[in-house]
Amino acid sequence: MSEKSREFWRWREYRQTVPNMDWHEAKMVTAGVDIGSVGSKAVVMLDGELYAYSVMRTGGVSEETAIRVMNWALEGTDLKTKNVHCLVGTGYGRVNVPFAKRTITEIACHARGAHYIYGPTVRTVLDIGGQDCKAIRCDGRGKVMSFLMNDKCAAGTGRGLEVFADLIRVPIEEVGKVSLNVEKEPPPVSNTCVIFAKAESVALLRQGWPKEKVAAGYHLAMVNRIIDLLMRVGIEKDFVVTGGVAKNTGIVSRLERNLGIKPLEPKLDPILAGAMGAALFAKALYEKQIGLR
Amino acid sequence: MITAGVDVGAKYVKLVLLEDGKNVLKRANGIVGFDLWKSTTEVFEKALLDSGLKRGQIGQVVATGMGRKSIQKKPPINPEEIVPEVIADAKGTYHLNPAVKTVIDVGAEEGRGVKVGENGKVKDFVINERCAAGAGTFIETMARALEVGVEDMGPLALKSTKAIPMNAQCCVFAESEVVTLIHSKVSKEDIAKAIHDAVAGRIASMVLRLGVERDVVLIGGMARNPGFLPPLKKELNTEILVPEYPQFVGALGTALLAFEMEGKK
Repeated sequence: MSEKSREFWRWREYRQTVPNMDWHEAKMVTAGVDIGSVGSKAVVMLDGELYAYSVMRTGGVSEETAIRVMNWALEGTDLKTKNVHCLVGTGYGRVNVPFAKRTITEIACHARGAHYIYGPTVRTVLDIGGQDCKAIRCDGRGKVMSFLMNDKCAAGTGRGLEVFADLIRVPIEEVGKVSLNVEKEPPPVSNTCVIFAKAESVALLRQGWPKEKVAAGYHLAMVNRIIDLLMRVGIEKDFVVTGGVAKNTGIVSRLERNLGIKPLEPKLDPILAGAMGAALFAKALYEKQIGLR
Repeated sequence: MITAGVDVGAKYVKLVLLEDGKNVLKRANGIVGFDLWKSTTEVFEKALLDSGLKRGQIGQVVATGMGRKSIQKKPPINPEEIVPEVIADAKGTYHLNPAVKTVIDVGAEEGRGVKVGENGKVKDFVINERCAAGAGTFIETMARALEVGVEDMGPLALKSTKAIPMNAQCCVFAESEVVTLIHSKVSKEDIAKAIHDAVAGRIASMVLRLGVERDVVLIGGMARNPGFLPPLKKELNTEILVPEYPQFVGALGTALLAFEMEGKK
């Protein structure tokens, strides 16, 4: 692909099967499918242990994406969707997951998934997704106590970062790292709206600011906005970050610096939190169904 | 006595040269580049040249617009005073229509509602300066997504009678929504109308917070978009007047303020 037409916002899709696990031996095969506004995730669990997952871009038709992301997670195994005992759909497109036993909001699933990934000490979950940002307070069982979200505005979401990555021509996976490559933190870009912030960034680049410095200013503005949301819901330790943007070190390290609270290190890919929560809810549903609960 | 009013907007610089606080001698505009001072100075000097005037023949100059500070205390314009847009809007609109009670000014990056009192004074105002979805930039961004010239958006919207709701509020999200609509074979006319309806809805909800009292006058660059007026009228359920050069009203207001300052000297 030529440099000019390269899509810097386009992140890599991926999948994995955990080796040395056999679904034939599992009592419970459950799955969670998280159809996000930008990315779709499928997680398959064997008796509550992660077995396979996939992450891909959400297409125009949610039903098709749900089937594709699930099939991809199962690729290379002889497990079929019909062999899954219970499947729960979540995310923005959850009503369109065709084989779901039930749909559960992504708020509940993220809290549940974060509880699984990071452990029972988690009290505040910040989920920064493609088109929204949620600050969730939860209890020691991963149950949601309260939450706040921004789903109206691209500022402070992954989509905003994609727009920015394209602007400065840095791949989305690296844009956070690039933003940390400054000696001193510049002032944040002053505009809230991504469209205006983009125009402001162009002006800064033309004034001769290096990419790194503009990226730092953009990330800082985004972090300030996210912190406002966190402060309104109230932040309690332990604090964790989930969703695709949890992988952006420019965001996470600035959150840590400006909040003075270090987020826990994820043991598993934090983009999977929602789908993982859904798979765990599916397990609980199945246990109920077969009379284990 | 000639006074000048300069409106350094987000997208365009507008300039009005005014004689004796009454007759407009010259209207000039130019696109704003990265150097606001340079863009503004170019418009100013060209206007003087075209009118056969020298800087020394111009009395007071007052400036407004989001870039007004970039020309402050800098020759050759060096305005005596800078004022917020709402003051200039109220002043200019009142001059054109003394019956005005509500001014709606929709520019490239901001939308404003102004309640006008006696002698064109500002009684109250609301501004959206944070979100592109309530300003001209929204139309421009969507025009790009539709692959239609920005000038053609309004006329295109007028061809549609359908009401398709736009779910996305944010400009960035709306862009993806427009792409989805295109893929689901919704006509460009219908999409263009949905886009104008959306902006009108946002401007209307902002202005309604202020209260709408007639006469209502629409100014700013968006007033030149024929697709914007019908949904705005509908949303506000009122007659809306548009002056002949709506984008120059702010500049006219500052030129009038400059004239008043001359009188006080």
